[in-house]
Amino acid sequence: MEAEVRVFATLRRYLPELAIGEAKIVQIEPGTTLDQLRECLDLPAEEVKVIMVNNLQADPDDLVSDGDRVTYIPAVAGG
Amino acid sequence: MTRKLLRINMSDLSATYEDMPEKWAKWAGRGLTSAITLDEIEPTCHPLGPNNKLIIAPGWVSGTPAAPSSGRTSFGGKSPLTGTIKEANAGGLSSQKIAKLGIGAIILEGTPKDGKWYTLHITKDGVQFDDASDLMGKGMYEVDDLCWQKYPNEPAVIGIGQVGERKLSNAGISVNDPENKPGRYAGRGGMGAVMGARGVKAIVIDDAGGPGVEIADMDLFKQGRKKLTAAIMQHDLTKKDGGLNSYGTNVLMNIINEAGGLPTRNFSAGQFEGAALISGEMVAEMVEKRQSGMTGHGCHPGCIIQCSNIYPNEEGEDFVSCVEYETSWALGANCGINDLDYVAKMTWECNDIGLDTIEAGNTVAVAMDGGLLEFGDKVGALALFDEIRKGTPMGRILGQGVEATAKAFGVSRVPTVKGQSMPAYEPRAIKGIGVTYATSTMGADHTAGYTIAPEIAGVGGKVDPLSKEGKADLSLTFQAATAFIDSTGYCLFIAFPILDIAEGWAGMAESVAGVMGMEITGDDVIPMGKEILKMERIFNERAGFTAADDRLPEFMRFEKLPPHNVVWDTSDEDLDLVYAWVNGTDE
Ligand code: SF4
Repeated sequence: MEAEVRVFATLRRYLPELAIGEAKIVQIEPGTTLDQLRECLDLPAEEVKVIMVNNLQADPDDLVSDGDRVTYIPAVAGG
Repeated sequence: MTRKLLRINMSDLSATYEDMPEKWAKWAGRGLTSAITLDEIEPTCHPLGPNNKLIIAPGWVSGTPAAPSSGRTSFGGKSPLTGTIKEANAGGLSSQKIAKLGIGAIILEGTPKDGKWYTLHITKDGVQFDDASDLMGKGMYEVDDLCWQKYPNEPAVIGIGQVGERKLSNAGISVNDPENKPGRYAGRGGMGAVMGARGVKAIVIDDAGGPGVEIADMDLFKQGRKKLTAAIMQHDLTKKDGGLNSYGTNVLMNIINEAGGLPTRNFSAGQFEGAALISGEMVAEMVEKRQSGMTGHGCHPGCIIQCSNIYPNEEGEDFVSCVEYETSWALGANCGINDLDYVAKMTWECNDIGLDTIEAGNTVAVAMDGGLLEFGDKVGALALFDEIRKGTPMGRILGQGVEATAKAFGVSRVPTVKGQSMPAYEPRAIKGIGVTYATSTMGADHTAGYTIAPEIAGVGGKVDPLSKEGKADLSLTFQAATAFIDSTGYCLFIAFPILDIAEGWAGMAESVAGVMGMEITGDDVIPMGKEILKMERIFNERAGFTAADDRLPEFMRFEKLPPHNVVWDTSDEDLDLVYAWVNGTDE
């Protein structure tokens, strides 16, 4: 199965080949958690502040499902 | 404290320096503008009439040596856009210079009997009333230039563009930045029209030879400053090369879009397919590609976060500061426009003619919804700013903001609360910010109680944006903390690190206590913030506002917002809880 992964802001430094907002399609085994997926992509745990799956907040221990839209987000805020 | 109150009466062109009255002595920034507004302005006065005043106040720590990111100036009075009390604050050069002249607040009142316009030149020697004929009809880029040519010592220039001269309700007040460009706006609520109604085109502030800011307890001040600075420099969001420094506030564009809370095409959807093209990441890419402009720009001397930017144009020249999140959203996503160069051009127009970019973008979007233009018509949208500049009848309608424009075009999807349009967070998909929009003393305003921090960014805790649970309390806590921070002179963005790092929170309070000689700690922040909110609520009640005004627009209760397909379903009872304590009905 596969998931599409997006990273934004300072996390883009770890996947520089992606254009802004472009998704990386990742093949995953059933039973993979969001944290394990992050690990595969070499995104440092301490830099991931929020994870979203299909536009909803998610936890690192949640399992990834086939076709999920996964987004890793660093510290952001604004005004 | 020896801070003075400078009262400038335009009716007889007089300026008097008064001792700061005891009742206001503990306040600065927003706390002070709101206290003065409550005491001195008739709540039912016409905002453009002779009884309204413009109150200008630097924060508690503004002008002190190297307090980080502390150059915010508060502008207060009664708002022409909302009819409520208003405090809008901006960075730029003014706050530190006013404070260093020993001035706690400027009260601008009266109307020139001769019908003339004036430039006020404020120095250590007093106030000079100069004929403003040379500046009239001019945009702020030229006004700032001319003022630096005419007056010495690279002064702060507080000014209004053509929109303020015409006293339209979306007129902002510009403050020049360190490069002497306009763009730091006390934008919201039409306070530029209040300045225009006083017959003042520009206020030029030169602090040379001023007495400086007295610090009651230097050791305590330094201790607080150190803790606060450490928190800012340590937090991932505000540190050097962190999110804000690298991408500015527009780091949020993609994230809010991902959360399904990015208001799109006049609040008809929560995601914009062109979000990436107008995001902070794209601003950074343009700066790199065009080899000009910059990210990590400071809007005033001494800002260590530096979230601002200078956007480069196609010719590779420094073009406009600053393409921030709200601006890029309002003039971009909300109008269906996905071209950053056009967003930048419209931002330049707003800076020049003196418009709040949030209200301006919403106004164009509402006009598009009413059929004036197609969504996404960037050329047509840009041309509308020319109408506003020239003051054509169309331009005057648009210059009045969203509600007037919605009426003119027969639109019922009107995203306003108390007459002020919503910023870049969809309240149907991010419920806490909806509570802030509904109940804030200022009309729809995200900065008034930025629940986005825990709802989206996981800063200061983590809560589900789509849940209604606990949002009334959350919003009130943020509204109170904000009222305090808006009084410090610190930029509101210090809130992010200090919400996560307790030492920083304590440090903020200690730095204020050190300057003022007040006995306050971090525990006093929320209670003092509530004192300010209470003054503001009382003003609004006296102006005729009731619980029925603390509501979101009707369409949000029945139009489902994609992609979550949610409506605004927070109950009126929950909303009324937020301010029940003001009149003692919560206990
Ligand atoms: S953080 Fe940004 S808005 Fe705040 S003072 Fe610094 S440059 Fe200005």
